Amino acid sequence: MLSLNSVSKTYADGTEALRDIRLDIEQGEIVALVGGSGCGKTTLMRLISGLDTASSGTIAVDGDVITAPHPAVGVVFQEPRLLPWLSVADNIGFGLHHLPRAEREASSDAALERVGLAGYGARWPRELSGGQQQRVSIARALVPKPKVLLLDEPFSALDAFTRASLHEHLLTLWAAIRPTVVIVTHDVDEAIRLADRVVVMQPKPGRIFETVSVAAPRPRDPLGLPYEKAKRRVLHALDRSLQTELKVTKPAPQAGEAALWW
Amino acid sequence: MSEQSLKQEHDNAAPPAPRSSVMRRVSHYALAFALPVLLALGWEYAVRAGWSNGRLMPPPSRILDAFADLAQSGELWTHILATLMRVLAGFALGAVSGAIIGALSGVSDIARRTLDPSLQALRSVPSIAWVPLFLLWLGIFEASKIALIAVGVFFPVYLGVSGAIESIDRKLVEVGRVFRLTPFQMVTRILLPAILPATIIALRAGLGLGFMFVVAAEFMGASEGLGYLLVDGQQMGRPDRILAAIIAFAALGKICDGILVILTRPLLRWQDLARSKL
Ligand SMILES: Nc1ncnc2c1ncn2[C@@H]1O[C@H](COP(=O)(O)OP(=O)(O)OP(=O)(O)O)[C@@H](O)[C@H]1O
Ligand SMILES: [Mg+2]
Repeated sequence: MLSLNSVSKTYADGTEALRDIRLDIEQGEIVALVGGSGCGKTTLMRLISGLDTASSGTIAVDGDVITAPHPAVGVVFQEPRLLPWLSVADNIGFGLHHLPRAEREASSDAALERVGLAGYGARWPRELSGGQQQRVSIARALVPKPKVLLLDEPFSALDAFTRASLHEHLLTLWAAIRPTVVIVTHDVDEAIRLADRVVVMQPKPGRIFETVSVAAPRPRDPLGLPYEKAKRRVLHALDRSLQTELKVTKPAPQAGEAALWW
Repeated sequence: MSEQSLKQEHDNAAPPAPRSSVMRRVSHYALAFALPVLLALGWEYAVRAGWSNGRLMPPPSRILDAFADLAQSGELWTHILATLMRVLAGFALGAVSGAIIGALSGVSDIARRTLDPSLQALRSVPSIAWVPLFLLWLGIFEASKIALIAVGVFFPVYLGVSGAIESIDRKLVEVGRVFRLTPFQMVTRILLPAILPATIIALRAGLGLGFMFVVAAEFMGASEGLGYLLVDGQQMGRPDRILAAIIAFAALGKICDGILVILTRPLLRWQDLARSKL
């Protein structure tokens, strides 16, 4: 279980990026974080990944408090961040350095197969498309079998088709080892396609505004009623999160701007 | 995306037919040599036809004769070897110290702020200005020459390495952190590969400057070396020998650079393709 206990983060320049975040995520659950720009989603991901540390509060994976990057937590960044001097296979095996070569190659071959890139292992990252690179990056994060997988807007640079196919790949990979998944997204459809729970956040300071459970069974039909319902609830929550924020900060909000805010 | 469409995409990326690449390479070299060969032949013809006596600018045939003479008497090899040894010794010294100090000022902010301004000031001193000082300090033999060459090699390597370290992509360093690399692994698995391309370019620039500085070094009183051959040719009034020495310099520099490129090519295979595939 991934638990966030009253996590707050204030940056050195005084920006209060997160205030009192409390969230428990069951093993194997998929949670999507949505919210306006600057509400601390990336900050929260960096805290969970151990790349930054919280100003107060604790983050724990199965009771193990995270203070630095932890073997149980895998990270997929917004950009693929593959190492250009390693072949695709070596990139996937990057986190398995301690294993003997044969074992490492076997795992990366299996992972390549699972993300639909069998036979691409000998290529350089440069020779893959953006979507293929992001698949390699997901495989790299999953190959060490983390308990928690973090993805910060992993598909935002990709077109809708590629994104849809990557959703499939992600769910296939998830089904194989069932990690806890936390994904940040600006795309409400993406959140509802993937997540068991959608957490709507609110900026200044970053807080959790509302949590929406998605009851629809997988694979999810975007035309089905449960999907529609969940989507409407998330959109509604987003809208209200902005309105309450705007009441505090700006007395006269512009309707058109608010709808495009997230 | 289906499995099949992926396979197709894979097949489409097959390497280009070898014949066309050979042709392209031949025409590439042909073009590169066209101008000098044409000029040489033209000059040879002009001298043979009596339009010029070719005393100050000897025709290619006479330069070749000078070459053959020097080669037969064994002088040429002595001079080439002497120059090569100086360049290699100076290059080794300058490259190693440039890399170390460059790494230091790339890694540590304090080191950079104390070292960089002074080094930048020294960098703008013309090479010849060092000659009297090095002669006084190190004598007229090898040490002063090698020191001068090392100074020439030092600066491009220093700049290249410190710049490469400063411009390392922090995002890749974070990948290393996420996978919990030890500091040593961080250096060997992320930092070194990341700075390698820029470092190799810096080494090539350093080697090129080494060949420039060796001439300055050999002008300051050498009894052998290609630079000595230049001075000697001037004093004896032998432009053919001067030109032979110049050509030997060009060939030696090019060959050394080529060897450096070939030695380091396997290290840069990952980024080499863009050029070769176009
Ligand atoms: N290194 C930093 N130093 C100071 N302030 C920061 C730093 N990083 C982020 N912030 C601030 O913290 C707040 C939250 O930023 P964060 O990047 O977490 O937002 P986000 O929700 O990921 O936004 P987006 O949706 O645009 O990616 C912002 O107000 C931002 O300006
Ligand atoms: Mg962000």
